[in-house]
Amino acid sequence: MNRAHRHGAGSGCLGTMEVKSKFGAEFRRFSLERSKPGKFEEFYGLLQHVHKIPNVEVLVGYADVHGDLLPINNDDNYHKAVSTANPLLRIFIQKKEEADYSAFGTDTLTKKKNVLTNVLRPDYHKKKPNIVISMPQDFRPVSSIIDVDILPETHRRVRLYKYGTEKPLGFYIRDGSSVRVTPHGLEKVPGIFISRLVPGGLAQSTGLLAVNDEVLEVNGIEVSGKSLDQVTDMMIANSRNLIITVRPANQRNNVVRNSRTSGSSGQSTDNSLISYSPHIETNFDPKDEESDEEDIIIEDNGMPQQIPKAVPMAGSLESLTQIELSFESAQNGFIPNDVNLEHTSDTKMEHETHASDQKPLEEDGTIITL
Amino acid sequence: MRRFLRSGHDQARERLKQDLFKFSKTVEHGFPHQPSALGYSPYLRIMAIGTRSGAIKLYGAPGVEFMGLHRENNAVVQIHFLPGQCQLVTLLDDNSLHLWSLNQRNGVSELHEEKFSTLRGPPGAAPSATQITVILPHSSQELLYLGTESGNVFVEKLPSFQMLEDQMISTEAVLQWLPKDAQHWRAFEMVEALQEHPQDPTRVLIGYSRGLIIIWDLQNSRVLHHFLSGQQLENVCWQRDGGCIVSCHYDGSYCQWKVSSEAQHPEPLQSRVPYGPYPCKAISKIFWLTTRKGYISGVFSLLFFHLAPVPIPAPQLMENGLYSLNKLPYIIFQGGMPRASYGDRHSISVTHGNQETAFDFTSRVIDFTVLTEAASDFDEPYAMVVLAEEELVVIDLKTAGWPAIQAPYLASLHCSAITCSHHVSSISLKLWERIIAAGNKQNSHYSTMVWPIDGGTSLAPDPPQRDLLLTGHEDGTVRFWDASGVCLRLLYKLSTVRVFLTDTDPNDNLNAVGEDEWPPLRKVGSFDPYSDDPRLGIQKIFLCKYSGYLAVAGTAGQVLVLELNDEEAEQVVDHIEANLLQDQEGYRWKGHERLRARQGPICFESGFQPFILVQCQPPAVVTSLALHSEWKLVAFGTSHGFGLFDHQQKRQVFVKCTLHPSDQLAMEGPLSRVKSLKKSLRQSFRRMSRSRASGRKRRMAGNSGELQEPNARADRVGLQNMELAPVQRKIEARSAEDSFTGFVRTLYFADTYLRDNSYHCPSLWVGTNGGTVYAFSLRVPPPDRRMEEPIRAEQAKEIQLMHRAPVIGILVLDGRGMPLPEPLEAAHDLSKSPDMQGSHQLLVVSEEQFKVFTLPKVSAKLKLKLTALEGSRVRRVGVAHFGSCKAEDYGEHHLTVLTNLGDVQVVSLPFLKPQVRYGCIRKEDVSGIASCVFTKYGQGFYLISPSEFERFSLSTKWLVEPRCLVDTAETKNHCSTLNGSGVKKGSSKARSSENSGDGGGRSQEPLMERALLNDERVLKEIQSTLEGDRGSYGEWYSQQVAVGRRHNNGGVE
Repeated sequence: MNRAHRHGAGSGCLGTMEVKSKFGAEFRRFSLERSKPGKFEEFYGLLQHVHKIPNVEVLVGYADVHGDLLPINNDDNYHKAVSTANPLLRIFIQKKEEADYSAFGTDTLTKKKNVLTNVLRPDYHKKKPNIVISMPQDFRPVSSIIDVDILPETHRRVRLYKYGTEKPLGFYIRDGSSVRVTPHGLEKVPGIFISRLVPGGLAQSTGLLAVNDEVLEVNGIEVSGKSLDQVTDMMIANSRNLIITVRPANQRNNVVRNSRTSGSSGQSTDNSLISYSPHIETNFDPKDEESDEEDIIIEDNGMPQQIPKAVPMAGSLESLTQIELSFESAQNGFIPNDVNLEHTSDTKMEHETHASDQKPLEEDGTIITL
Repeated sequence: MRRFLRSGHDQARERLKQDLFKFSKTVEHGFPHQPSALGYSPYLRIMAIGTRSGAIKLYGAPGVEFMGLHRENNAVVQIHFLPGQCQLVTLLDDNSLHLWSLNQRNGVSELHEEKFSTLRGPPGAAPSATQITVILPHSSQELLYLGTESGNVFVEKLPSFQMLEDQMISTEAVLQWLPKDAQHWRAFEMVEALQEHPQDPTRVLIGYSRGLIIIWDLQNSRVLHHFLSGQQLENVCWQRDGGCIVSCHYDGSYCQWKVSSEAQHPEPLQSRVPYGPYPCKAISKIFWLTTRKGYISGVFSLLFFHLAPVPIPAPQLMENGLYSLNKLPYIIFQGGMPRASYGDRHSISVTHGNQETAFDFTSRVIDFTVLTEAASDFDEPYAMVVLAEEELVVIDLKTAGWPAIQAPYLASLHCSAITCSHHVSSISLKLWERIIAAGNKQNSHYSTMVWPIDGGTSLAPDPPQRDLLLTGHEDGTVRFWDASGVCLRLLYKLSTVRVFLTDTDPNDNLNAVGEDEWPPLRKVGSFDPYSDDPRLGIQKIFLCKYSGYLAVAGTAGQVLVLELNDEEAEQVVDHIEANLLQDQEGYRWKGHERLRARQGPICFESGFQPFILVQCQPPAVVTSLALHSEWKLVAFGTSHGFGLFDHQQKRQVFVKCTLHPSDQLAMEGPLSRVKSLKKSLRQSFRRMSRSRASGRKRRMAGNSGELQEPNARADRVGLQNMELAPVQRKIEARSAEDSFTGFVRTLYFADTYLRDNSYHCPSLWVGTNGGTVYAFSLRVPPPDRRMEEPIRAEQAKEIQLMHRAPVIGILVLDGRGMPLPEPLEAAHDLSKSPDMQGSHQLLVVSEEQFKVFTLPKVSAKLKLKLTALEGSRVRRVGVAHFGSCKAEDYGEHHLTVLTNLGDVQVVSLPFLKPQVRYGCIRKEDVSGIASCVFTKYGQGFYLISPSEFERFSLSTKWLVEPRCLVDTAETKNHCSTLNGSGVKKGSSKARSSENSGDGGGRSQEPLMERALLNDERVLKEIQSTLEGDRGSYGEWYSQQVAVGRRHNNGGVE
């Protein structure tokens, strides 16, 4: 069944594009010419028209391929939304006065589930409305420098967020040797170095890694004494949440610790439009990345779902919740490559509280079969 | 119970770990890679083989094995046992001499290097002056005579290797005793032969390569006799009485010389070119061996009777000289074939009266020796031991037709290259006997002679169980090896070739038909690396030890299901095609064609007989295989998909394509598979050229060294280039679009809770290269309607691991966290039936992680990330039971894991806690890692060369390793092999060891006790796990193999 859908996905990309728009509890389906999407204003009008809300001020959002809810408010991001929709463009509309801005963006991935919950069920609103100054959440981080306070100044610990982007990691490593100061004087020791950055790749776009940087650690594990192949395998195994500690070949751009201001560190974002949002994570704990990946299961030819973590008290309710929350990608029949819902304790709590007042989503009916 | 102590009781756990796990490499099975020297001690009745990598291996009675490794990585050129001692001297190709001893410690013998030395000439002398060519350990046990390239013979004292300059036999000293005209002859050059007089230890025969042979008087330092041959000398031997010598020459001739002659210019008694008159190759070694009976009548000569002008047996009056010619000696020589037509043969010719056979070996003959009666006035040769480059062949010279004797060890595992292996533990006695019976029919051409190399005593306890190792080969055969003990012995060979039509019909054997009658060549040996058709290669084997069903799968997508039948049968093999591509379009297979199946009934010998042939389409290599003998299902997978076949109803249940539409490489066709095919061809050629190029004898060593020079230079240039452009590795996450994600890596049948908690059902689990796991629920009709109702399969689950690493193992754990038993295992009461009450768990092992999920609702429970932490990847995984060496009844099930770095680890079940880790295989040894196979009891095998398995153990229990004793005090009288049964020999030996004094007796007693104790434990063990009784097994075993073990029992009585 999977295969057939993959075919479908492929062919569907060519001419028209299906749009599925949700406002409140109502869905509208229509199609757009993929090649001629038109302007955002027209699209906005169209949405108001199909939902029969001509005079309501709304915020328009869409779910991108990673399941992130991103806003549509100008031509650029409208076109981006159209071009990346595969095969279906899913639109979520909120009334402006009720809008929850925190719903957008993904830099706080952990919030994603309530994000969707909030959007999908507008009646569920206990949070105080956010004061909108700007919308930094429009942009998701693709990399960050972390642990600045605990590392020597000559080192840099870089986290690459592969999940948020289709970009390849895009770098190569090689064997080499570096000079170390030892009790016996200077000594040449073997090391692993970055040998090449692929243009347009994630590594290059961050600007935080460079050719000839020496790789010291991968996700908290020292690479000294490990072969090139071992380090390669370690990096690939951690590729969904890769944290590399390097000694940059160029030592002039180091973060100066004394004048540590949150804005001084390098961090770049995927979106070229605006915004420079400082973001330094500190105290990297290797256990962070335990939750880096969730496998997907398709039961009985049903829909793909993340495999939940087993909880000791066999909470079937909880898992039910999660299944319902996993938005409708299943209907498209493809397994979203990078769907990545993290489970942290607070979200779990919330699910459990929702569980009681939950009713299955309408739409194409069956969601769970066990 | 102790299981629960684990958490929080680290001390206790650590102690328990010591009782459970221990790593050791126990024994090497198979034939040594690149053997380079052979030695034999008639005194110890032990044989030694040296290799080009500096190893020496000693073999006596089955189970008696020793191994030593020179510190230098140099080839062993010669091995000589010191007469009457437990010592041997080896010569390496760096001209160093090494003295090895078999010493007793704790009741077992151990091989140790005692001393080494390099012969030093006077300062300024050319290196050739001291380059040793031949060695003679003198019967005085103290002296070593060393012939050199310069023609000088040096003498060294043993064991100190101290040179005795006054006893040196220099060319000058020899020259002054020669008559004038002989001096003109530039007769010296290197020493080719050095032989002690068989009766008189003061006389030594020295042969020089230019053709001069002298007999030297050691006491008076003078030449007693000299003989001049016009031909370049290859070797010389004494006749037993010392009255005659026989020399062999470069031109393919041999000459017999009478020693008593006082003539100035002795002429040979006779000179022959056995395969003349056209130019012949050199005869490099010759034996002239006397027999008591002049001519043996009866069956012995029937074959040749019609040709034979019957010679009259000579009277027993005169024992020497001319008359011994009439004694009908065995003349055995190596080489001598006509250059033009048979120059490429590796032959040893045996002539005895009118019987003449030129044994034609499959690979270059390294060396050979003839076993003769020790205490007799005649040589009475009874067996010939030939070490060829790829196998050991022993010929029975006493039985008519000179059949080969099946060796109990040193099997040529690589007679066709090994392509896969499969281990099955604790075989029931019944199946074991049936396999042996089938094998015995195949081995009828072997001699019935008891294995003649029977020195030493094996003290190893009887193996605890019967284990089979199955190896699949490139030529489409599966070999069944007895892997229970120290000796890996071939039990049975299954060939799948018969099912297919190949280009070369197996029935017309070119060799047999096309061979001329002269020279009387006869092929011996089983080494045959040239596969008719690489598509026949066996890739996967699955044997059900309870039902006798066997499934094998091969290179061209063929899957055969076979059943054990004790009778020969003519039957039709049902032939089904499985189209794994289904509706996939745009695919073009560019690889090999599938094999053509033979139509109509085919005659199969007794043993495993195929009845189903499934051919995958496209005919890609079968990459995984599983058989469920209770449900009568076989599942198979290739790089394109997988299928399930019902071999009871002979009907395909379903197939599923796993090919990803964007997998261009797989879509385009099997480039890499074509490559692998080509590779195997190339390897064949390389093997061929290697065996041809390896040259002749030591003289070539110098030349080949020069030849290697440019190669070495090329290598160095290559290395420099590598440094200029360093190796890069791309760092990229795996994606669904990667190539060969659909490659099926593992298949697994389980009866478990797939859909809900209340109802368990048969299921099939499939793991792919792209990290996908498919689960199918199966509906198998009850036995009474098994033939009527079809099997139904329905996909129940599909799991995509987000890290997308290849899934290499799937396992279901029962309610107690124990792995589910094998099919039929519980039915045969051999295992506790699985706990179907508690909730089951699914273990998925990928190359990078171990993950436990709950069932039936799949949720992640536990994981162990291996690659992310260590950078190592899982290559092999197995489930093993580890017994405690302290508590008899305590044991645990765990995972045994081999990584790409070559280390083996134990990971606990069901909690996935790493237990122990040991380095096992060098990480560069890719083929070793790829060949590794785990047993169900914490042992394993991997190939250390194409022809050798190393056996290792992770368990403290059931080590299979040689423990043996070579007793110096034993008298070594060999009773006649013709009538000498093992029992008789054993008892005489036992008596002699009793007589040998208190020391020997005392040292053996505790050993006997231990052996018995072991037996008892073994008895219990087997009673608890097997239906067969140990007694009959033991009986069989001793009949087949154990001469030494009988001795054991004798000693106790």
